[in-house]
Amino acid sequence: MTTLQRAGRWIGEHLVLAAGLLVLVYMFVPIAVVMLMSFNDNSESRNVYAFREFTWSNWAHPCRPDGMCDAVLRSIEIGLLATLVATILGSLAAFALVRHQFVGRSVANTVIFLPMASPEIVMGSSLLALFVAGGFGGRLGFVTIFIAHVMFCLSFVIVTVKARLAGLDENLEQAAMDLYASEWTTFWRVTFPLVFPGVAAAALLSFSLSFDDFIITNLNAGQTVTFPMFVWGVAQRGVPMQVNVVGTVMFAISLALVLGNMLATRRRAAS
Amino acid sequence: MRRGRLTGYWLMLPAALWLGLFFVIPFYSLLATSLYDPEGSVLTGYDVSYRFANFVDALEQFWEPLVRSLWYAAVATAICLVLGYVLAYAIAFKAGRWRTLLLVLVIAPFFTSFLVRTLSWKLILADDGFVVETLQFLHLLGEDGRLLATPVAVIAGLVYNFLPFMVLPLYASLEKIDGRLIEAAGDLYASPSRGFLKVTLPLSKPGVVAGTLLTFIPAAGDYINAALLGSPNQRMLGNVIQNLFTTTGDYAVAGALSVTLMAIIVAMVMVYIRTAGTEELV
Repeated sequence: MTTLQRAGRWIGEHLVLAAGLLVLVYMFVPIAVVMLMSFNDNSESRNVYAFREFTWSNWAHPCRPDGMCDAVLRSIEIGLLATLVATILGSLAAFALVRHQFVGRSVANTVIFLPMASPEIVMGSSLLALFVAGGFGGRLGFVTIFIAHVMFCLSFVIVTVKARLAGLDENLEQAAMDLYASEWTTFWRVTFPLVFPGVAAAALLSFSLSFDDFIITNLNAGQTVTFPMFVWGVAQRGVPMQVNVVGTVMFAISLALVLGNMLATRRRAAS
Repeated sequence: MRRGRLTGYWLMLPAALWLGLFFVIPFYSLLATSLYDPEGSVLTGYDVSYRFANFVDALEQFWEPLVRSLWYAAVATAICLVLGYVLAYAIAFKAGRWRTLLLVLVIAPFFTSFLVRTLSWKLILADDGFVVETLQFLHLLGEDGRLLATPVAVIAGLVYNFLPFMVLPLYASLEKIDGRLIEAAGDLYASPSRGFLKVTLPLSKPGVVAGTLLTFIPAAGDYINAALLGSPNQRMLGNVIQNLFTTTGDYAVAGALSVTLMAIIVAMVMVYIRTAGTEELV
């Protein structure tokens, strides 16, 4: 190998890494801007798209914009409820799909895949069509949003828990049974602890999907306002900087949870 | 795989009911809506009159946003494929022990709200912002040229928002590739680029197919980017459907457009999977 070739290879290898990191930077630029703008004082300016002066006041008074905190609370409430229901129903279904034989299993697998591959606008308008046809057109709100959120979270929960279950060594359960543990004890002492990280990941995913959903929610919300709908509403008029505070907090909490989970897994693997 | 023969059904039942009632049946309702007599309204109710002319009306009025949606989504998917491939490749083969952390960083943008992120792009691409001024300085953009309210801004937003959907499946299939195969290509005197084209790229095809689908489908239905970063001239089909449902209340035409979008996507996906020749998805 000549020196020239070697130099070429070195550049080639590091070029890919550098280009990849550049793409990653591109993905983080908007988040950095969100964080920066959460410290922006724009109280005297009509131009919301420029950084004027540093201030803590958006952080000190996050609830100042009318209705924003109500919207955040409503999103959290819907997110928690939808996550609870979707995680339970989805985990049960994942067990059925991995551990049991039943007629219609492949149909079930296909139907579960479809919500992840359908455009939200189509799912949202279908659901709206159903509600209107059923006479609930005037009663759209909390309940219809909740129904929609459980619907689109289910598939993601099922897929996540299924992946965890499929990677599970069934011999461990067999061993527990051989040692005279009942089926019930085996489930709670062996199976459940092993599957739990998958269930937890599914719950996190579901909450963030629910909290962040706009397109389906907007079609089925009636007069109820969730956080993304609040942002949509103010986007036309002028965005209060506190929106960026919520964005930053969301980002920090999720990142902490995921990194914490990562470290815990690594430590468990090490010990 | 044994136990009670009925257990499987009982475990599956609640989720199946929920998806059946609120995902499968609504498609029927949507189809019925698209055939409504447009004379009705939400208050007086609608008659299903099998009015197939709704589709003709809808396409006559809105063929432009429909074509635009497919076009923007295709361009965004192509850009995502290039950027996503570079990133996924770098993580899979060059990142060493930083792999997991980098993967977390790939999904991290999802942690802030979609709308907040998109608004942040509005700020970055603003008329008096850094990006526009730099482009003007380099004469890549005219004196009063702008990025906001142009197709460039909308497509950039789509690329940004759906990039993780491309990176993850690409990474999943790149990571499975046996490094020895690539080495073997090198041992047989293939240049690195030839080795890539003949070994790595074909082996990553399932990831390419899954990634392009997972990017194209939501991008074609999206309207947030077009609404926040574009002008009415960049209106996509999603904007139209949303407007017809929530503001105008023209359910029949909105339903027809939704059905059309879904039909086009299903057809495209089937043709695509057939020609790409992959059975295993995700």
